Amino acid sequence: MKFRSELSTHYSALSTILMKRTEAFDFYQPTTLQEASRLLKDNGPGGRFLAGGTDLVIAMKEKGLLPKYIVDLKRLPGLAGIRENSDGSITLGALTTMYAIETSALIKKRYPFLAQSAAEVGSIQIRNRATIGGNMANATPSADTAPALIALNATAKIASAGGERTIKLEDFFKGPGQNAMSADEILTEVTIPKTAANLVGEYIKFSPREMMDLAYVGVAVAYNLGTNDKKCDGVRIVLGAVAPTPIRAKRAEAALEGQVLTEALAEKVGQISAEEAKPISDVRSSADYRRAMVGTMTKRALLNAAVGPAKSWYDRRERRY
Amino acid sequence: MNKNIHFNLNGKPVSREVQTHRLLLDLLRDEIGITGTKEGCGTGDCGACTVMLNGKPVNSCLILSGELDGADIVTIEGLKIGPELHPVQKAFVQDGGAQCGYCTPGMLMMSKALLDENPNPTEEEIRYALSGNLCRCTGYAKIVQAVQDAAAMLRAK
Repeated sequence: MKFRSELSTHYSALSTILMKRTEAFDFYQPTTLQEASRLLKDNGPGGRFLAGGTDLVIAMKEKGLLPKYIVDLKRLPGLAGIRENSDGSITLGALTTMYAIETSALIKKRYPFLAQSAAEVGSIQIRNRATIGGNMANATPSADTAPALIALNATAKIASAGGERTIKLEDFFKGPGQNAMSADEILTEVTIPKTAANLVGEYIKFSPREMMDLAYVGVAVAYNLGTNDKKCDGVRIVLGAVAPTPIRAKRAEAALEGQVLTEALAEKVGQISAEEAKPISDVRSSADYRRAMVGTMTKRALLNAAVGPAKSWYDRRERRY
Repeated sequence: MNKNIHFNLNGKPVSREVQTHRLLLDLLRDEIGITGTKEGCGTGDCGACTVMLNGKPVNSCLILSGELDGADIVTIEGLKIGPELHPVQKAFVQDGGAQCGYCTPGMLMMSKALLDENPNPTEEEIRYALSGNLCRCTGYAKIVQAVQDAAAMLRAK
């Protein structure tokens, strides 16, 4: 036993050198929104909210983030879950996990491309922890669910001790890691307003490694497909990972509005969409490649949306290429 | 910051003082001393540290001990049913689903989680479920075979 405990001590020392570890901080688990918001106010700067922790803990281990204190939001009541409201809108509580969205019967039926965008995040283990609130609040330009939600004209509800406000998700992102909230504000829910019965959509995450990587390019499209005349209206084209925030490609949207989608038109709309992207070059891809892929993926997303949702993972993979 | 917490670990109640910033993985391995759960990447990419938290498979390398009050945790040590190996364990042994073995505890936990939800998965569903568990030895063929055989054993029960 003595040997084992010594070995364990040595191993611990070694593993501290080899693998990064989190450092000590104060840890709070408020049970009301007011309490959570007040904790941030009273403790001052340097605190972080914790939801699933799949970005925060990695930032602490890998990027040297040292929060002074952490406020765990998971004990706040009523923030998890998906509900359909009487006006036909759908609300996703901020603590709803990606896996819950991916597997929700309601979301799969109504907005299969949103379920698919949630399924593109990390692994099942990650998606059992990662929340929709965290995916939004972290404001990573490549966040997979953001383009699909913006394409659905979603709004974000933000609360603090001082009250509540609602803003369009489109206006929520301000830059990489930057959002429209002040330090004591908490994103509580995301709501998708009622959509037309003939709305179709698609999200394509383009990433040469199929799983466990960030999007090189993400494209979400949504439009109402005329039942008889096949004309597209209410067109929304949203690009992820190719600008400091998710962005709408508004000129591309306008080029399709009121038109019948053909392969030639999808190609043209894709080219306009590519012109509207503002990609950077980084370890994953050059800006030029990203821009070219925006064109291709916009075209495919528009055409796929008209065909209907992918039947399975293999099908979804085939449809990207 | 330290905190007294209570949780269930492999079916048994545990009460102890933990450092809130300690990772669940380290709490299990270095403090409680059950070392079946492995650390691979430490950043939620490889799945070697997979455990069940409140019935769901998660990466224990990304979970802070401060969150665990009231939790139900099952690790690879809790997978056996009495003295009997769990069918996923039997199938991995029978089919050679492990080579070096380092990814195996995570593979087994994730396979169990899949079969809890879906007793008759297709090969595609198995590969999808295990996409967050990396194995550098096997090429996955025998792992997929083992999960299919485990599913058959469970259905035959």
